[in-house]
Amino acid sequence: MTVHDMKHAASDSARLEAVGGRLSRVDGPAKITGKAHYAFEQQLEGLTHAVLVSATIAAGKVIGIDTRAAETAPGVLAVLTPDTIMVLKGASDWLGNPPAQPTYNPLAREVTFSGQHIAAVVAETFEQAVAAAALVKVSYDETPAIVDLSDGTDGIPIEAMTKEWGNAEAAFAAAPVRVCAAYNTPREFQAAMEPHGLIARWQGDELTIWEPSQWVDGMARTYAEWFGVPFENVRLVSPYIGGGFGSKALALAHSAVAAAAAKMLGRPVKLVLNRPQNFTSYGGRAATRQTVAIGADKAGRIQSIVHRGVNETAVDGMWVEPLGSVTAIMYATPNFSSKQNVVRVNTVVPGAKRAPGENPSAFGIECAIDELAYELGIDPLEMRLINYAEQDPQVKKPWSTRQLREAFAAGAEAFGWAKRSPAPHSMRDGRQLVGWGVAAGTYPVRRAYGEAMVKILADGSVEVESSSIDMGQGTYTILAQTAAETLGVPVEQVTVKLGDSLLARAGVTGGSRLAGVMTGAVYKAASQALDELVGLALSDPRSPFHGLQANTLAVKDGRIASPRGEGPELSIAELMGMLGRERIEAKGDTVPAGFTPEQRYNNYTTIAMALPHTEGDYSRHSWCAHFVEVRVDEDFGTVRVSRVVSALDSGRLYNPKLAESQWKGGIIMGIGQALLEEGIVDRRHGRIVNGNFADYMLPTNADIPDIQTISVGIPDPHSSALGGKGVGELGIVGVAPAIANAVFHATGKRVRDLPITLEKLI
Amino acid sequence: MRDFSYLRADSVEAARNAAALPGAMLLAGGTTLVDLAKCGVAEPSTVIDVSHIEGLNAIDVNSDRAIIGALAKMSHVADHAAVKSQFPAVSEALWQAASAQLRNMATIGGNLMQRTRCPYFRDPANFPACNKRAPGSGCSAIGGITRGHAVLGTSEACIATYPGDLAIALVAFDAEVDLGERRLKIEDFFLAPGATAEQEHDIRPGEIITAIEIPGSAAARRSTYLKVRDRQSYEFAAASAAIGLELEADGRTIRDIRVALGGVATKPWRARSVEDALKGKALDEASVRKASELAMEGAVDHGANHYKIALAPRVIARAILKLGETA
Ligand SMILES: Cc1cc2nc3c(=O)[nH]c(=O)nc-3n(C[C@H](O)[C@H](O)[C@H](O)COP(=O)(O)OP(=O)(O)OC[C@H]3O[C@@H](n4cnc5c(N)ncnc54)[C@H](O)[C@@H]3O)c2cc1C
Ligand code: SF4
Repeated sequence: MTVHDMKHAASDSARLEAVGGRLSRVDGPAKITGKAHYAFEQQLEGLTHAVLVSATIAAGKVIGIDTRAAETAPGVLAVLTPDTIMVLKGASDWLGNPPAQPTYNPLAREVTFSGQHIAAVVAETFEQAVAAAALVKVSYDETPAIVDLSDGTDGIPIEAMTKEWGNAEAAFAAAPVRVCAAYNTPREFQAAMEPHGLIARWQGDELTIWEPSQWVDGMARTYAEWFGVPFENVRLVSPYIGGGFGSKALALAHSAVAAAAAKMLGRPVKLVLNRPQNFTSYGGRAATRQTVAIGADKAGRIQSIVHRGVNETAVDGMWVEPLGSVTAIMYATPNFSSKQNVVRVNTVVPGAKRAPGENPSAFGIECAIDELAYELGIDPLEMRLINYAEQDPQVKKPWSTRQLREAFAAGAEAFGWAKRSPAPHSMRDGRQLVGWGVAAGTYPVRRAYGEAMVKILADGSVEVESSSIDMGQGTYTILAQTAAETLGVPVEQVTVKLGDSLLARAGVTGGSRLAGVMTGAVYKAASQALDELVGLALSDPRSPFHGLQANTLAVKDGRIASPRGEGPELSIAELMGMLGRERIEAKGDTVPAGFTPEQRYNNYTTIAMALPHTEGDYSRHSWCAHFVEVRVDEDFGTVRVSRVVSALDSGRLYNPKLAESQWKGGIIMGIGQALLEEGIVDRRHGRIVNGNFADYMLPTNADIPDIQTISVGIPDPHSSALGGKGVGELGIVGVAPAIANAVFHATGKRVRDLPITLEKLI
Repeated sequence: MRDFSYLRADSVEAARNAAALPGAMLLAGGTTLVDLAKCGVAEPSTVIDVSHIEGLNAIDVNSDRAIIGALAKMSHVADHAAVKSQFPAVSEALWQAASAQLRNMATIGGNLMQRTRCPYFRDPANFPACNKRAPGSGCSAIGGITRGHAVLGTSEACIATYPGDLAIALVAFDAEVDLGERRLKIEDFFLAPGATAEQEHDIRPGEIITAIEIPGSAAARRSTYLKVRDRQSYEFAAASAAIGLELEADGRTIRDIRVALGGVATKPWRARSVEDALKGKALDEASVRKASELAMEGAVDHGANHYKIALAPRVIARAILKLGETA
């Protein structure tokens, strides 16, 4: 499955293979040359094609589905409706909670959002299925829809989100300086280039699914439960992922439709969501509203923070976007209160998008502290240092590591912050108003247990196997580096196989946890394999090291010798030949010794076993500071980001090149969030009207300036085996407030509703 | 997308004959047609591929005029040295349109025939009411999401914006479109919706665009296209202006000026009132800004597109001022 050109990747310079080396992505050349085959590019004998019919109302009942014309259309094999599709079993959720309902029908009779799947047509060709799907006539009994947060009541309080200490309301009321404002973020979408979709094939009661996945084991569990087959009977294959950003971790309704259709027809079925369906078939980031009130003394020391948040969720599903997560930990405050509600609206259940919770949370608090800084006439950077939290203010534990002060210093230095002109609307370049803004970001270190297989083969090459995945963030590359360093072999000799539920198991790739989990597991497995090789070399009579007075051997650059140099020096292949071994393999894991098989299964197929970031003696987080320059046209209100300098603390970097690329990706996504992205809902229809890549605005290259990233992290032994913290989500957190703050500095206008489009500034 | 038959035309004559068939549509670069077919808006029964007709992609420019074949690619015209020197606004309008990939495929004829980006027009499954698509069915946009809709030239039937860039420059410089039997001024070729929103162009069954001709002028030589949008690239205009300027020998009195507007009207919009107010006047910022306001006479907004009324005159003014600076 892997077609990676390791030579190319390793050619840049010498010590690339070591953990911490700047090895290029080993999957890069295969992707660029088209040799990388994505999940649903598989060519299968007898493949059929399914196309969905989606609801055109946001709320109501399906009262009739006329399938006659579609059924007799050319090439049509089946038209599935809620009445004719096979009924599945309910599946447990991602926390492992048992299903709410014993059965599950992926096609809806009760419509709770526009775009919900009502029917599906399966045909011999894709074009035939598209044509026939257009002939299916659905009639509805429409009822009024709740369209967005402004329709609702106050919503449902989520008690578990409440965080309080001191007496926040009273302290705010008594504070000599107060700011209080509302901050809103719209519905946003993950907008991955590769759409969602899958191929499902049954052979007897064994199911193979080719589907882009951030979590092959978790999704395999869902399929197994839906169809009542053992977990081992489901194989989920996801060699590459064309972007997930949180959206590809779960098996969804359309996945169930395809797998059910394949079972019913006895033929493989391919179903790929078209672009508009990618905006309605799974949830993007929920729209959010927050009010942040900060009370401070005249010196700028925060006395109290009162925070209220609300996010939209679905009529038939619950999504809580934790809006108080950054609010509660960024600054030291003696009094604090955060509460959160959700409002049910007629939408598909919102989901995870890069840094769910932390991202909108930071938009609120990091704009609010900026407002406080201007209110007091204190430099916004100074303001943040005055209120620096020396320990976690919420759980009152020390930080494992917090290089945020260093991030502020390094970022400010590189950006030239000291030259800032303090007053808003005071810097310009011709007809462009220039503004500088700063904001901080953070993301918790999520930890879990992983497993990996490492094989040393007869020719001296090494294979690493894991069901974890690479969606571009670099798993293929860093696992090769980890195995190469641990075993002492050149990285070109290592092949990594990922994204197949038959391989050694892994939990979800989300929450920036995978690198920490998997480097630990590969290190463990590779160490075990090495121990076995060395053990055999010393004890096997066929080995030239046999009888040597050494208790260990050293491997370097793929060659094995005694540490003091007496005796021979051999390549691993030569040694394997002498030992007569085809392979040495070791499955290593970081799972606690006492775990039962059930606990192990749950560790890989649910997120229930993940360790809280405040477990034990420390509070563990990654940190960053973004410095941004914007240019706002004084006539047009158009905002262009002209400079970004970000200093980030992700602990130890396993591969700085990949980490920088992840950070920059997050920063770019943050620029899009700040200036462009918004799912626009027609209030009369409860439907997204810009659900396509021409109208849902994402930044282009022309929108992105040179971005400078600076690593200020130090190895954090409390966060992972090798000392890394999180990388993938951190970069986006704090970008939007830094830009909003810069826009205020440029124009004197405070825009608190994202995105900051031109009409808000003219 | 429903089944259709495919016909490859090797001559203009063959294309004209085929284009007269009911349900026939021409395929040039396909960037509009294929897109609209996927949306379920275009449902041709016959697709006539004109992209192989020889001789229709010529670009012929001298100081008197430019003649651009209907099959010339947007990218070729944008990069053409003589177009850049004699008609800079035309080149600028083209390279600020769409994306590099689209410009490499799309043709000038197809560009003039592109359809509105009104989201309701593009989604028949969810929004059956659209007078442009289904005459008499109503307008889903009015009362809905109107941020991109027009403020000039609208009617009760339709408020859809004409989205293109090239035609804005063409209308500023009095270009003509060659339909074989007929030649029309670009301004007359595009139709405002009135009560017949479905008719966007004065083109009859069996007619095809073979070329456009742009008369040369001093104003065309000193011209620019300014396109304003939230995203720096690959977005339709929130407001745009094609401006041509000719100054008297004194270097400050305006002898000739051309003003056309994009992104705010239902068709490529010539703002003659602005031209008239400035001709013979000295070019200074205050009078340019004041005159530019005249372009919005009669403008009607539908809520979310209100900003265009403030924005468009500023775009005109800044484009004129920019030309004034480049003596
Ligand atoms: C995502 C996206 C963004 C875009 N952004 C912009 C933008 O910013 N600015 C802009 O100006 N444009 C933009 N466009 C539109 C683009 O410029 C047009 O799609 C393109 O110019 C059409 O040319 P074509 O050759 O591909 O036409 P086709 O798709 O082949 O044809 C389009 C229509 O014209 C008809 N037609 C074609 N040739 C002739 C002819 N010779 N005579 C008569 N009728 C003919 C066809 O029948 C069809 O109805 C964008 C398009 C897309 C898809
Ligand atoms: S504005 Fe015009 S194109 Fe848009 S829905 Fe109304 S009639 Fe149709």
